[in-house]
Amino acid sequence: MHSFGYRANALLTFALTILALICAMASFSDNLNSPSPSAHVQVLNINWFQKSSQGNDEVSMTLNISANLQSLFTWNTKQVFVFLAAEYETPKNSLNQVSLWDGIIPAKEYAKFGIHTTNKYHFDDQGSNLRGKEYNLTLHWHVMPKTGKMFADKLVMTGFRFPEEYR
Amino acid sequence: MGWIGETVDSVKSIQIRQLISQVVSLGMIVTSALIIWKGLMCITGSESPVVVVLSGSMEPGFKRGDILFLHMGKDPIRAGEIVVFNVDGREIPIVHRVIKVHERQDTGEVDVLTKGDNNYGDDRLLYAQGQQWLQRHHIMGRAVGFLPYVGWVTIIMTEKPIIKYLLIGALGLLVITSKE
Repeated sequence: MHSFGYRANALLTFALTILALICAMASFSDNLNSPSPSAHVQVLNINWFQKSSQGNDEVSMTLNISANLQSLFTWNTKQVFVFLAAEYETPKNSLNQVSLWDGIIPAKEYAKFGIHTTNKYHFDDQGSNLRGKEYNLTLHWHVMPKTGKMFADKLVMTGFRFPEEYR
Repeated sequence: MGWIGETVDSVKSIQIRQLISQVVSLGMIVTSALIIWKGLMCITGSESPVVVVLSGSMEPGFKRGDILFLHMGKDPIRAGEIVVFNVDGREIPIVHRVIKVHERQDTGEVDVLTKGDNNYGDDRLLYAQGQQWLQRHHIMGRAVGFLPYVGWVTIIMTEKPIIKYLLIGALGLLVITSKE
């Protein structure tokens, strides 16, 4: 009844239960945070815009991204993954999302940033639909917790348009 | 002489009962584990509701030995989500982030491109030869929750099978020899 094994088992079970409970509470406490992030994106230049040999439109652009995501951080936040995606509709596809830039924010100090960059990932369409196309630039973020549930949200910036001609 | 026989009989019957009750309790443990696993499969809609991260390609978000909880659901796949996918000709599923999505107007089918946060380039090199995009059927689930370190138990057990057999043996011995 009160053997060593029995006591060790009881202690281990109790410790694991408490640990699981604390993890659940830490994850739940994220819900109490109501963040108010802000972002501003500018397309400074279309560096080139052409049709590839496969027949898909390709673009290279220079972007200026500034954002303040500090309010996303809580005590249970390990990192925030942030990325900027171009989103548009074509006759073939109801939704196209192409990631242009992304970054990992490891701590609150780095969550207010301004960055000047060309698109980090190749921007190509499925087909040749980009001339004169209107598109949105959306800043997405995924909050990775130290433990528990992951969160994601976005800010949509509308009213961008590709040039009418290749260049 | 009569009472000795009776005693022997009673001792025998106790041992048989004890043996049966131990077998039943062992069976209960195994079946309840199975029920929890299958139940999770039903709730999450994913064929494997929990996966262990095996590589460092998603660092610093996910490290080797972390556990991810998956959910499939009917929702369409979107950029930024962390998905677990199978590639034809590869046995071990991969956990990476979606960076491009093209969703068809008429059929709703999706073309998806993924990349590991810690990798330099996208995943086309990991896909089957000539494969440009992942489709819906490649994807086993998307990660919704996260628990650090717990997966080390399975990593150690798969890499050092001896420890697994020792552990199973010890647990079995404990169940069989326990009196309560």
